Amino acid sequence: MMTRTRKFSDIAGYAMIYSLTALAFIPLVAFIVYLIAKGIGRINFEFLFTASASMESGGILAPLFGTIVLTLASLLFAVPISLLAAVYLSEYARKDRWFNIIELTIVNLAGVPSVVYGLFGLGLFVIFLGLGKSIIAGALTMACMSMPLLITVFYQALKAVPGTLREASLAVGASKLSTTFRIVIPTALPGIFTGVILATARIAGETAPVLFTVAAYYMPNLPQSFSDQSMLLSYHLYVISTQNTGVAEEQKYAVTLVLVVLVLVVNLIAIWARARARKKIGNLG
Amino acid sequence: MEAKSESPSTAILKLENLNLHYADKHVLKNINMDIQPHSITALIGPSGCGKSSLLRCLNRMNDLIETTAIEGKIMYADKIDINSRKLDVTQLRRKIGMVFQKPNPFPKTIYENIAYGVRIASRVSKSELDDRVEEALKKVGLWKEVADRLKDSGMALSGGQAQRLCIARTIATKPDIILMDEPTSALDPISTQTIEELTLELKENYTVVIVTHNMQQAARISDNTAFFYLGELIEYSPTKVMFTRPTQKRTEDYITGRFG
Repeated sequence: MMTRTRKFSDIAGYAMIYSLTALAFIPLVAFIVYLIAKGIGRINFEFLFTASASMESGGILAPLFGTIVLTLASLLFAVPISLLAAVYLSEYARKDRWFNIIELTIVNLAGVPSVVYGLFGLGLFVIFLGLGKSIIAGALTMACMSMPLLITVFYQALKAVPGTLREASLAVGASKLSTTFRIVIPTALPGIFTGVILATARIAGETAPVLFTVAAYYMPNLPQSFSDQSMLLSYHLYVISTQNTGVAEEQKYAVTLVLVVLVLVVNLIAIWARARARKKIGNLG
Repeated sequence: MEAKSESPSTAILKLENLNLHYADKHVLKNINMDIQPHSITALIGPSGCGKSSLLRCLNRMNDLIETTAIEGKIMYADKIDINSRKLDVTQLRRKIGMVFQKPNPFPKTIYENIAYGVRIASRVSKSELDDRVEEALKKVGLWKEVADRLKDSGMALSGGQAQRLCIARTIATKPDIILMDEPTSALDPISTQTIEELTLELKENYTVVIVTHNMQQAARISDNTAFFYLGELIEYSPTKVMFTRPTQKRTEDYITGRFG
């Protein structure tokens, strides 16, 4: 009798857990299916790879290109700086009061709304440093926004590297610097990729920070240099959804689908890179 | 530096009035001890007696702990004071290698695990590096087992193999002294036996200092044994003497298993 009740509650428990997990997935799957159904009809080679003569009809090469370039440029600034900051915190900093203050500051910065970063970027990069509304100003702003997240994830990844590996490296006569760069960082690579995945998705999708720093309402051509403005998928979507009434429904869904798929593809690449790194370092990660 | 005018001692390591503090804890108290070359010296004693701390003094691994304070001298080969602040610790650690309690291969290939220390120490050609790797793996009896999979991860080896890889990694930097911190405590009995036999072979070319919890192990492989208790060196004598006619009551109590 006892076992039977146990068995029943076990099954009920599993059923509940599975259905709740499914519940979490349903909106996501429904969202993507809906997007595909509504937008796929518009997507073809021409839509993706031509810059349009008009916003209503045309190809989205300009905003697509802008988002890719801006994301890469932001990561180019943010990843090395964040990695060095995380290395300092995990390998070199003494764990004293200052350390706690720095840590608290980073956590706080990670929670600052993105529009605040946008205004900060406008003030510092666009106006004060005179970079104007440009890809470089936008990338620096996005880098500032994503650094707290990157530092936190990188720091956790470095801290998770077993101390015994550091000892082993020092014990064969490696300096602390070699130990950090040849043992600790390579071992932490899977975690570092995770940080890059999160940051990429965030940068590609954010609208507020680019609003004042880089985004162009409409450009018929691709930007020619880093000091040019650029169209961006996220901002373009905002524009065609709220600012321009003449855009067909299908166009909006198609742009959204491209943005979502772009983030998905970047994530898949990063996840693949992470899996490769894990495999390379053995069964540690 | 020249050796002193009086006849140089035969000891490769001479500890003189060594005191070690971690924060306000007095971990090692006035240790005086000579370690003979080409021998195995075992450090035994109950947990917290300071034996591992002593071992980590010998290659300055205690530097990693911020609150460490050390006094006294550790003379290496009669001319180098290991405690000197001016000493290049990376050089020292190439000469005094260390094998740890749990096998800790790098998350790199088997080849890279050994090449790492060699590359850091000096610029060597690819063929010389290949030779050094092969030589080190042969010395630990691992060559036959891994020769055809040098590109596999060192982490994929079994515990005993991984520990031999770690010993090979240490040997590859051509040390004089190998410090072993309970190298078999995480291994099964058969792997333990392999490591013990290997350690006995190592003493031909190296000086071995081994910390062990296992008194039979000390009795089986060491030439001299030092018994520590609460940070003091209670007794230090040839292993045969220590395990048959200990002079101190506490040593006898410990090795007969009355406490520990």
